[in-house]
Amino acid sequence: MLDITSLRAGIAEREILKGIDLNVKAGEVHAVMGPNGSGKSTLAQVLAGNPAYEVLGGSAMYLGEELLELEPEIRAQKGIFLAFQYPVEIPGVTNAYFLRSAYNEIRKARGEEEVDPLEFLDIVEDRMKLVEMDSSMLNRSVNAGFSGGEKKRNEILQMAVLQPKLAILDETDSGLDIDALRIVAGGVNALRRPDNATIVVTHYQRLLNYIVPDFVHVLANGRIVRSGGKELALELEERGYDWLLDAA
Amino acid sequence: MTDAVLTQSPESPGVDDVAVTVPHSTRDARAAEYVARFESIERAAEPLWLGAQRRAAIETFAQLGFPTSRNEDWHFTSVSPLLDRAYAPRDAGTSGLSAHDIAPYMFAGDWQTLVFLNGHYMSHLSRITSGAGVFVGPVSAALKDDLYARLVERHLGGLADTRTHAFSALNAAFAGDGAFVHVPPETVAPHNVHLLFVTDDSAAGALVSPRNLIVLGHHAEATVMESYVSIGNANYFTNSVTEVYVADCARLRHYKIQRESASAYHVGSWYANQGRSCAYEAFSFAIGADLSRTNIATLLDGEGSHVSLDGLYLVNGDQTVDHQTSVIHAKENCTSHELYKGVLDGDSHAVFNGKVYVHPEAQKTDGKQSNNNLLLSEGAHVDTKPQLEIYADDVKCTHGATIGPVDSTALFYLKSRGIGPEIALRLLTYAFAAEVLEELTIPEVRDELERLAFERFAVGA
Repeated sequence: MLDITSLRAGIAEREILKGIDLNVKAGEVHAVMGPNGSGKSTLAQVLAGNPAYEVLGGSAMYLGEELLELEPEIRAQKGIFLAFQYPVEIPGVTNAYFLRSAYNEIRKARGEEEVDPLEFLDIVEDRMKLVEMDSSMLNRSVNAGFSGGEKKRNEILQMAVLQPKLAILDETDSGLDIDALRIVAGGVNALRRPDNATIVVTHYQRLLNYIVPDFVHVLANGRIVRSGGKELALELEERGYDWLLDAA
Repeated sequence: MTDAVLTQSPESPGVDDVAVTVPHSTRDARAAEYVARFESIERAAEPLWLGAQRRAAIETFAQLGFPTSRNEDWHFTSVSPLLDRAYAPRDAGTSGLSAHDIAPYMFAGDWQTLVFLNGHYMSHLSRITSGAGVFVGPVSAALKDDLYARLVERHLGGLADTRTHAFSALNAAFAGDGAFVHVPPETVAPHNVHLLFVTDDSAAGALVSPRNLIVLGHHAEATVMESYVSIGNANYFTNSVTEVYVADCARLRHYKIQRESASAYHVGSWYANQGRSCAYEAFSFAIGADLSRTNIATLLDGEGSHVSLDGLYLVNGDQTVDHQTSVIHAKENCTSHELYKGVLDGDSHAVFNGKVYVHPEAQKTDGKQSNNNLLLSEGAHVDTKPQLEIYADDVKCTHGATIGPVDSTALFYLKSRGIGPEIALRLLTYAFAAEVLEELTIPEVRDELERLAFERFAVGA
């Protein structure tokens, strides 16, 4: 599904990703772990197309197409979804309007009929159960005044509504208490299908207790320094990152 | 977006750094043409006091002339575009305007509507019902009734600054018909009032000078909307004045929608006087005209009163939109809240100048003022100048201004959800504007302004 080779990227003339290779197939869950500043979030942002980051080289083939050349909205329309580490507040736009606009834009791009507000309400209320969100959240401004946990649940709600092929979760566990973590992870697991894939970017292993990865990659200084199965995450939890950094 | 809270007014502009774009000779010659025109106009019979007001006003205008950028209140906005010709008042003529033509500008719901075309009252298009002792009608009709003629005489010209303000003097001199709204004490006006000023293509070159008067008795309540709309794209000059009396414990909602033709010039001035424990809510919505200037001044002349001054302007191309507000806190325990927001595209220019003056005896004043601007293009620019002058020592006053582009993080967030740049930009622009529209408490007004705001930037940036 996604084949990243020698990807280099940075921000403000500083190279952060110094050659990433990563292959993700349909049905797989990949965890990307690493210490602060290793480039994990940069990888997530670059895949989603954040214009603040500059791609310096390499490629990312997604379903047979060069992802790095596409505008962010086109990537989303083709099934890429980034759950933000810091979801953005948009006062003045209701969650319902925002979700429906996104849903309909993606349907339009696929040549499907747009849905009207009433039809959409049925769809969204069904998905809200997945993340245990109250329907009153629909009439509030996007993320404005939401608690940390509400913001993350709102990200997963968007994912549940938009049904991406490739979901990238950027530090989705950060700032969550154990209940919220369970709800968020439950939502992600419920959305797993044989024809979609998930990349979980995380510093700590605890989210991986709930979203069990098929592969774990350790990122350090802009490169993947170790890949393994889910047991690698447990080893990192026990030993920290230093032993890998020293090896790198 | 930078959030600069200014704690003091910028220095007054020096005389030397001012560029005068129109030679004095042209400016003076143009003013002289208006004065000459005043003498040559044949007027229908009118009360002596009104004629005397006109005479005094044209004499003042002859002395003042059109303001130059040396005038501090006109430092950022040049009047030279409207000196391109001498605009002249028009006769009523024969109008083919139909109810169908103006239907798009009417409000659904329970409204009384007074329609004026090119400055003249159109009784066949207006919808007024009398009741509860409330008078809603043209000033020309009020003058034919003994009781209302006395009320008009007592109030008209009492508030407008025709001594230092050239355009208000010009209005007083050439004043055409306008609306008179009178709500007696302890009366709630049974209908909202809509003053619809329409211009059409036959208004090319016309000077339209509506003169409105709103008088609320104590404990009275009313809502008055002024709409300035154009059917066509004529170049004309609207110069309106509205005087507003809000007596003790009364409440007036006073709104303006300015959607003049893209070639038109608009100067609209409101002068309000507020009694004790009353509320005046003024809202200015501006999307039209090549050059527009809105002046709103209120005097808080009784204890415990409130004024809210809110506005939204959306401009592009070469438009200039200018808002000048003035709040004078003359008595204790009054509150003034002000929020103006602007969205600018193309090479447009916005000016905001908000003055709050707190008199020495106006203790416990609570004044808030903000002006926030969203720039959608490189070519747009804003001059914003909040000014506080405080002579009392126990007051709470704040003011601030922001000017900045769309938040790129929010833009990326929307795009990352599959929303293309045009819709994303519209959504964010709309969201920016929505905050101030939420101040509007009448659903059909809020809906209409939301629609106009959303459409204004329908074609992206």
